[in-house]
Amino acid sequence: MSALFSPFISKPDTVSAIMLRVLLALLPGIALYVWHFGPAILVSIALASLTALGTEALMLRLRNRPVRHFLGDNSALLTGWLLALSIPPLAPWWLVVVGTAFAIAIAKHLYGGLGNNPFNPAMIGYAVLIISFPAQMTHWLTPHGLGPVELGLLDQLKYMFVGALPPNVTLDAVTMATPLDTLKTRLHLDEPVGQILEMPIYGRLAGHGSEMVSLGFLLGGLYLLAARIITWHVPVAFLGTLFAAAGIFHLADPTHYAAPLFHWFSGAAMLGAFFILTDPVTGPTTNKGKLIFAAGAGLLTYLIRAFGSFPDGMAFATLLMNICVPLIVLYTQPPVFGKKAKASGKGKGQP
Amino acid sequence: MRTLYQFHGGIHPPGNKEQSTQSGIARAPLPSRLVIPFRQHAGEAAKPIVRVGDRVLKGQLIGMPVGFISSAVHASTSGTITAIGAQPIAHPSGLPDLCATLIPDGREEWIPHAAPSTSLRTGFDYRNSDPAELRRQLRMSGVVGLGGAVFPSDIKLRPGNRKIDTLILNGAECEPYITCDDMLMRERAAEIVQGAEMLRFMLEAGEVLIGIEDNKPQAIAAMRQAVADNGFSFEVVAVPTIYPGGSAKQLIRVLTGLEVPSGKLPTDIGVQCFNVATAYSAYRALAHGEPVLSRIVTITGNVRRAQNFEVLLGTPVRDLVALGEALPDTDRYLMGGPMMGLPLPLQHGGAEPSGAGGAAGQLLPQAAGFASNVSQLPPTDIPLVKASNCIIAASGRLFPPAPPALPCIRCMRCAEACPADLQPMDLFWFSQSKEFDKAQQFSLFDCIECGACSYVCPSHIPLVQYFQFAKSEIRAREHDQQAADHARERHEFREYRFEREKQEKAEKLAAREQAAKQAQPAASANPADAMQQKIQAAIARAREQAAASQPKNTDHLTAQQQAEIAEIEARRAHIHELAKSADEAPDNHSEGRSQ
Repeated sequence: MSALFSPFISKPDTVSAIMLRVLLALLPGIALYVWHFGPAILVSIALASLTALGTEALMLRLRNRPVRHFLGDNSALLTGWLLALSIPPLAPWWLVVVGTAFAIAIAKHLYGGLGNNPFNPAMIGYAVLIISFPAQMTHWLTPHGLGPVELGLLDQLKYMFVGALPPNVTLDAVTMATPLDTLKTRLHLDEPVGQILEMPIYGRLAGHGSEMVSLGFLLGGLYLLAARIITWHVPVAFLGTLFAAAGIFHLADPTHYAAPLFHWFSGAAMLGAFFILTDPVTGPTTNKGKLIFAAGAGLLTYLIRAFGSFPDGMAFATLLMNICVPLIVLYTQPPVFGKKAKASGKGKGQP
Repeated sequence: MRTLYQFHGGIHPPGNKEQSTQSGIARAPLPSRLVIPFRQHAGEAAKPIVRVGDRVLKGQLIGMPVGFISSAVHASTSGTITAIGAQPIAHPSGLPDLCATLIPDGREEWIPHAAPSTSLRTGFDYRNSDPAELRRQLRMSGVVGLGGAVFPSDIKLRPGNRKIDTLILNGAECEPYITCDDMLMRERAAEIVQGAEMLRFMLEAGEVLIGIEDNKPQAIAAMRQAVADNGFSFEVVAVPTIYPGGSAKQLIRVLTGLEVPSGKLPTDIGVQCFNVATAYSAYRALAHGEPVLSRIVTITGNVRRAQNFEVLLGTPVRDLVALGEALPDTDRYLMGGPMMGLPLPLQHGGAEPSGAGGAAGQLLPQAAGFASNVSQLPPTDIPLVKASNCIIAASGRLFPPAPPALPCIRCMRCAEACPADLQPMDLFWFSQSKEFDKAQQFSLFDCIECGACSYVCPSHIPLVQYFQFAKSEIRAREHDQQAADHARERHEFREYRFEREKQEKAEKLAAREQAAKQAQPAASANPADAMQQKIQAAIARAREQAAASQPKNTDHLTAQQQAEIAEIEARRAHIHELAKSADEAPDNHSEGRSQ
């Protein structure tokens, strides 16, 4: 049976394929994560995936939507992965489950499901966890070669599911605060930035290990750009603003404010620039709007990092800017063909 | 080389044009039966001026243009008119329209070549002709835009309030599969450019640009050769292949950098645009006195023999399909291209034509077997008309149905593809939630329904159908509003009329009483006399005011206006007579309808 109405042809592109390519683009970052911090993150991701699919299926069923039709769109999977990558990999199993289930059930389906949620579900999940379980959210794994002890996969699993560590190993021996958090705490003790960054947990640009993971996400982001799944507007405006804000403060007072590149490769900046702020559902639908949206997020991220009480600002910056999206879109409508201020003769000339 | 401009968006669907350009234009054999609609153009349908049983000659006028926007309809060959009545035609509504059925006699006997055709056949001197006369001849020759819009060409050639700087000949042909303009340019370039020169003369246009997409190198070469041979200073411009680059506003933008303002016409910015096939038919009409009787139609898609045929207007689609040898798994025919084309209703045996056959086939499993038999059933009797540039045989293999739609994820692919710089995802949202005011505010009516947004949508939302729905709802609402306003005005006028009549009656009564009183002069000493006089004066004033405020609309007319009125009265009388004569011979019409 052929198509029923025009256009009778269409580009062989599907939501599910787009989401799948975004998942693939996360792989370099995940690989480097495993390389530097061990396989615990894979367990986290698997747990988040199962929870996401399960919650999605349950919610679709409760909402009387065709489960199989929607479950294949890979969007729930992506939410799960992004959340898993945002929280400490050695987190107890229920932390991942609670965060993911909240993201899918409350932040996505209670607002109408795919395409209708105003807030980024993964970031909602993260915000819920960091407010409700701040202690568990600070147990980040120490990268390979820095800690006195290192946990094998079995030990990591045991801790995640049972909460038991091997004898003679304390939690502090295998975890640490994030490089952003450490910087913040030490700055409060009036140590200069230069001295803090001499610590072994820091690498060339930012945190040892985590800077490489950020680099992996940057690589994946470049793939998304090349594959035209995202446009340049969001990453450029976000990273540009973050760089500019950090740069201004750093130039003014280098002993108290870290360099712009430190901010680029710390925390969730790269993940946010290419994978979180670029979420089409919760972002603006105009190019100008994307620039404003991402620039706002960049500025907020920096302000929260430098002056706020949370170590990283990505999630709250994203959510705050999500609120502004309808307004941004309304005021950045591009001129329609034939309604431009002046139908100028200037155009991109072709030889 | 000319600087070209870009328009926003556009898509690059597979061209699929090679299939039908392997061999030249062939002449389709004379069909056994022609069905010629009286509305093959935009505007008013032509009025039938032949009767059932009449023998007509090839090129004979059978439909007279009625009204300003209208065009003539002719007999495509010699033969006998066997019916005049409603027949199925290619229209989105699926409604039938008035058609003449012509059974050819096979002799292809032309009308006596009385008109300029014979006298001017050699070296027709249009330069010494009155442009108004040339326009009238185009109208009476049924020359309309053959790019698909079928707008009467004579109206587009009328002088406006602005000088035409640029005449654009549209040979872009951006829709996939269609190659009729390509082949016409390859084979009949000389006639096209001569037609273009006639159009240029009538418009008094400055430059002439011929825009052809760069996927048609042979057509470009042929047109350049023809321009050089004729010594014209036209410029043949190869434009980038991008859909919908052949849409008039987009082509104008590419060639001149100008944007036709929203709600305006190209002439408002000094540009006029004609399809290459229109220029060809204008040439045939003016230089040879030949009305538009045929056109080039591409038969392609799921066929064994994709090719272009010169087809007489009124030829049933089934005859063309037979020439193309449609493959057995064909389940539908499209008129036009795959982006904007219209699926033709299928006719099962002699049953009522129905567009629902296909839908039922997809929805009901038990109907699937029925649908698969369609190809063995005779294909559609829908006639090919001036707007028919292409017939595509469709099959599930060639045009698989889109997967079920998912919600919009606002990915902006549609906005990136939109050649009108619209935000289709917002328009979709407003159309779906029936917020038509918002949709209109977001420029819904600037949508050209090109389908680029639907083509790229990863959620496979039928966006164009949503926009068509919203547009028709808004139009219906405006129509209702107008009807309501009209009714209210009529009601108010009726109230006013009653009031006025009442007042007039009272005045008459008063005047009569007054007259009776004046007949009794003795009463003048009456003390009420002063009062009576006041009343009289007031009535006189009121009467004067009424006379001043309601002049009859035939008062104070110029001689010219009076002459016009007389003319209109004469025409009315003529129409009245025609109507009378039609009443006297009612069997003509009823015969056509009963079939």
